[in-house]
Amino acid sequence: MTVLENRGRRSRRPQWFILAMLGPAIAGLVIFFVYPLVASIFYSFTRFDLVSPPEFIGLRNYEYLFTKDPKVWIAAGNTLWFVVVLVPVRILTALGVAFLLVRVRAASGFWRTVFYLPALVPSVAGVVAFVFLFNPGTGPVNLILKTFGIQGPLWFNDPAWSKPSLVLLGIWVMGDIMIIFLAGLLDVPQEQYEAASLDGARSWQKGWYVTLPAISPVLVFAVVTGVIAALQYFTEAAVASTVASGKAGVGEGASAILGYPDNSLLTYTQWLYVRGFGNYQLGYASALAVLLFVVAALFLVVLMRRVKAFTPEEAS
Amino acid sequence: MTAPIALRRARGRGALSWIAQHIVLVTLAVLFLGPVALVVLTSLMSNEQALTASIIPRTWEWSNYVTVFRDVPLARWFGNSAFYATLATLFMLVSSVPAAYVLARVKFRGANVIFVAIIVAMLLPPQVTAIPVYVMWSQLHLTGTLWPLILPNLLGDAFSIFLLRQFFLTIPREYADAARIDGCTEWGVLLRVIAPMARPGIAAAAIFMFFNSWNDYYGPLLYASENEVAWPVAYGLATFRGAHGTDWSITMAITVLVMIPVVVIFFFAQRVFVEGITLTGVKG
Repeated sequence: MTVLENRGRRSRRPQWFILAMLGPAIAGLVIFFVYPLVASIFYSFTRFDLVSPPEFIGLRNYEYLFTKDPKVWIAAGNTLWFVVVLVPVRILTALGVAFLLVRVRAASGFWRTVFYLPALVPSVAGVVAFVFLFNPGTGPVNLILKTFGIQGPLWFNDPAWSKPSLVLLGIWVMGDIMIIFLAGLLDVPQEQYEAASLDGARSWQKGWYVTLPAISPVLVFAVVTGVIAALQYFTEAAVASTVASGKAGVGEGASAILGYPDNSLLTYTQWLYVRGFGNYQLGYASALAVLLFVVAALFLVVLMRRVKAFTPEEAS
Repeated sequence: MTAPIALRRARGRGALSWIAQHIVLVTLAVLFLGPVALVVLTSLMSNEQALTASIIPRTWEWSNYVTVFRDVPLARWFGNSAFYATLATLFMLVSSVPAAYVLARVKFRGANVIFVAIIVAMLLPPQVTAIPVYVMWSQLHLTGTLWPLILPNLLGDAFSIFLLRQFFLTIPREYADAARIDGCTEWGVLLRVIAPMARPGIAAAAIFMFFNSWNDYYGPLLYASENEVAWPVAYGLATFRGAHGTDWSITMAITVLVMIPVVVIFFFAQRVFVEGITLTGVKG
């Protein structure tokens, strides 16, 4: 595995050096990634409750998943909703703010910090803050809406509004994507805009023919990492349900709260958590994990083909 | 005569668009900073007032920030978070800096396989592997503690290795070559030449790791939720309002206290931080 090629001017490094440097990371990949991936597939064909050893039951878990599970499609549907709505909304907002900031000359550092700052807020703190700000009875948001004569909705307490409320939170913390877009926009060579102007391009034409092609790698990166993040959407939804329902519970108790209100925030990964760690149906939860792996792997392949930083060639 | 008029017109248009731009900027800034301001204001209200619809505190209850340490095991929560985040970061550095250096600078058979495995491990949802990993930790009798979240970092963290590798690639090869010609050993090259030059990259990886551990909710939910003594502050905050009813002013005070360390670290390391984010998505 670690045979060296002697390449020109670089000195030959001893094998034990590579092994010592990389050994722990390779061990980590095997123990915490390769083995669990294989074991998940194995467990998915068993009935397993952590107390007695796994018992082989063939495809029964998958049969249950696709035909009988009462909530898995509700959960998958909610996750899909976040993939389809949350990801584009966050990217468009970040892109809009980045376009605005790239034109600002004076105090640019100040404005960047202002729009980046919310992205720093720990996600649990952000959710707790939003559930309070949007709480229907006494929350400041509905109070402010009222002064404009608008009757605010029930936000996190209404199944129709709970997901859009989390989208508002997602917009608030778009700073991490915005910074990447901003760096991409600042990297567009100024000469290309000047050349376009000389050719008589209008400003929308410059945006379409100069800016967009130049930042498309960043855009692909943001879309695919955004989708992968949305597929595992967990913390924000789980904390929103816990705080908005005003109930506490751990382990089995938490299962009753997740999804509040009315399963509207129950995402796929939360359902996996409920079945695996709330009910200790580890075999069945493994089948859910394998399905998640298949879907995530499809997006991973796209990402690794299209994003240069994720291809190994440049290590030379 | 026409030129100056056109120029004046252009300048007039510039001023107008400058004004329009700044109206939009200021409005957005109010919307983005508003939530933080409202949270801080509510944390200073009396609990009775926090239960009514109001924005400005009638009396400024700075004592909320004392009450909070008395009523909630906040010191223990913070201690657990600091313990988790600090050890995770140190362990990650010890294991991931050497691995990233080798992947960036040494050509050997199997390097591409390892690199691809690291990318996949970094991007794959953690829930895919969560069950077998949980089974392993429960066999070691370490569930109910934060160790299952800390110890794996001794064996490398995929995202950190990726980030550090991207940074090492930006350091010109010539420095290492020159040190070798001067008789430096391979360890010497890494420790005395490369590591000091990669300090911003190492700092960025350390900050990301610290933040991710500090903010982590899923990990503690999985491993420590049934043992209150091990709760870190992010997990404690998430369960607090459920357990303590509608004590909004106290809840907001905890929220502010959870945000403060992260914001303080950011202001000290802003440049490094932004560079690190950019490096993962744009460069390379």
